[in-house]
Amino acid sequence: MKVKRNKYESRRDFVRKAGKVLVAGPLIALPLLLSKKTYAKEYVWQIDPFKCTTCGNCKTTCVLTPSASKCVHAHVLCGYCDLCGGYLKEGAKTISTGAEVQMCPVGAIERRFVEEPFFEYNINEDLCDGCAKCVKGCKDFGNGSLFMQIKQDLCVNCNDCAIARNCPSQAISRVPADMQYRIKDRI
Amino acid sequence: MNKRTIPYILFLLMLLWHTVMFAQERFPRPEFESGYVYPEVQMPLQRSVAWEYIDVAVLVLALSVSAWLAIWKRSRQGLIWMAVFSMAYFGFFREGCICSVGSVQNVSLALFNADYSIPLTALLFFLIPLVFALFFGRVFCAGVCPLGAIQELTGIRPVKLPKTVEAVMTSIPFVYLALAVLFSAMKSEFIICRYDPFIGIYRLDAPYTMIIFGILLLVAGIFLNRPYCRYLCPYGVLLGIFSRFAGRHLTITPAECTNCRLCEEDACPYEAIVPSNEGQLKEDTARSRKRFIAYLLLIPVFAAAGGLLFHTMAPGLSRIHRDVRLAREMRIEQETGIAAISKAAVAFRETGETNEQLFAKEMEIIKRFRKSAPWAGIFLGLSLGISLLSLTVVRKRTEYKPHQGKCYSCGRCFRYCPVEVNRKAK
Repeated sequence: MKVKRNKYESRRDFVRKAGKVLVAGPLIALPLLLSKKTYAKEYVWQIDPFKCTTCGNCKTTCVLTPSASKCVHAHVLCGYCDLCGGYLKEGAKTISTGAEVQMCPVGAIERRFVEEPFFEYNINEDLCDGCAKCVKGCKDFGNGSLFMQIKQDLCVNCNDCAIARNCPSQAISRVPADMQYRIKDRI
Repeated sequence: MNKRTIPYILFLLMLLWHTVMFAQERFPRPEFESGYVYPEVQMPLQRSVAWEYIDVAVLVLALSVSAWLAIWKRSRQGLIWMAVFSMAYFGFFREGCICSVGSVQNVSLALFNADYSIPLTALLFFLIPLVFALFFGRVFCAGVCPLGAIQELTGIRPVKLPKTVEAVMTSIPFVYLALAVLFSAMKSEFIICRYDPFIGIYRLDAPYTMIIFGILLLVAGIFLNRPYCRYLCPYGVLLGIFSRFAGRHLTITPAECTNCRLCEEDACPYEAIVPSNEGQLKEDTARSRKRFIAYLLLIPVFAAAGGLLFHTMAPGLSRIHRDVRLAREMRIEQETGIAAISKAAVAFRETGETNEQLFAKEMEIIKRFRKSAPWAGIFLGLSLGISLLSLTVVRKRTEYKPHQGKCYSCGRCFRYCPVEVNRKAK
């Protein structure tokens, strides 16, 4: 009887060891397989401003409220116009800093006089909620110097970015962590 | 000038206007005289990447401590504190991303797509808990996984489900895993992340549906402990497989089992205690061997059936890919003449791509799905077959032991064991 039990023990032992080798195989194989495809740095999500269609999904679909995606101004592209397509509502009666003529629903764009006839426009990031209305205005009527970017200091870098999933033009993709922004440098 | 030429001239003008519109600065860069300096574009960088490596270090440390607590120290209290720590660190502080559960998808995406390189930390998050499972069982579930931790702490009043219901429900994670791997390999969707129930709670911010799902699970979890781990978690499937072959595993009793049966009734809310069958009548060997062979032969049948099922389901499954959905919308537009109005359709028109190009892309994706989906089916068929086969094998057991695949190493059973109580009293 004792001999038989020992035999059972050893067979079970054998199955266990064989199984261990069998499952350990992939564990060792996986890093080897992926050794050429691992990337020591991280990825972050970023918007390609040239693909962006200013649909406004950034504002509503980001897991953060307000969205981590905000408007950014590339001043070198800006025309510094008095009549700004990004700052003023379409059909605004006057050119002023009044709330009723501003495109931005939260008043996040600050207008500052530089010299005749130029005005500087700056985005107040704390207010901006990423609705992209000004970006659309600037793209349609101006140089397109306003564009959307995901602010990396706010972004929680979800494994599955919710705005990337909902972006209709597939403008959002993973970019290497050493180039976290895609700044517009041409029209 | 002929009246007929006017439209052509207008057309030319419009074309010209088009080039003006898209290729030039409409307003030239101003020449400032007041010595104006352009402000710099603010590009605040991501929270330091070093954190990701600190995470890996904390993960290894937490796993080691959990393993020590579960196997050597045998302290349920300690494991609860580990869960609290993981909830605080991986959950609330690091906001639950990236987690090992979701990293399955990154690995699958990297394995089957040439253009994605997996971040090293994601790969480590995937591998390290599996390595620990191979050595010490599912200590990751016990106190390290932030998703498990929150459920561990809220599971207060365990109720048992009927065995049949439990068996059916525990097969869901296999399907979930197969689909998650398939969808991420097809570059369509990260469903594990998308339907992660607790991340919203950790981030203190989420769509309301996510919060409702998470809270429902937690409320259900008061009675049905760890509902996500048991009935959904796809990573748990892998951990279960590895844990079955664990070198050392948590035991119910610290010394020899006395077969007192005190842990039989409600020590384990997960039905993970395998009772001893000493003294039970043995079945006729010839009969059980016959059954074993029959079920063994059924495995390839199940695998083939699964493969076939998923092959036929491939076009349906491919609809998870956004290009396929868009192509369907555009096809409907083409056939019925009703303009597609979704944002994706509007953006698609803006790109200037033709419908034909899109349909070609769609066919490509469906073809890829047809080729890959059967493997998911084969995996499901194989796992069904093997689990049925394992039912036909009756092992001789002389003591009460945790089922290594199902046991979360949570240590709930410790206090039910009189041997353990004696040891503690000393």
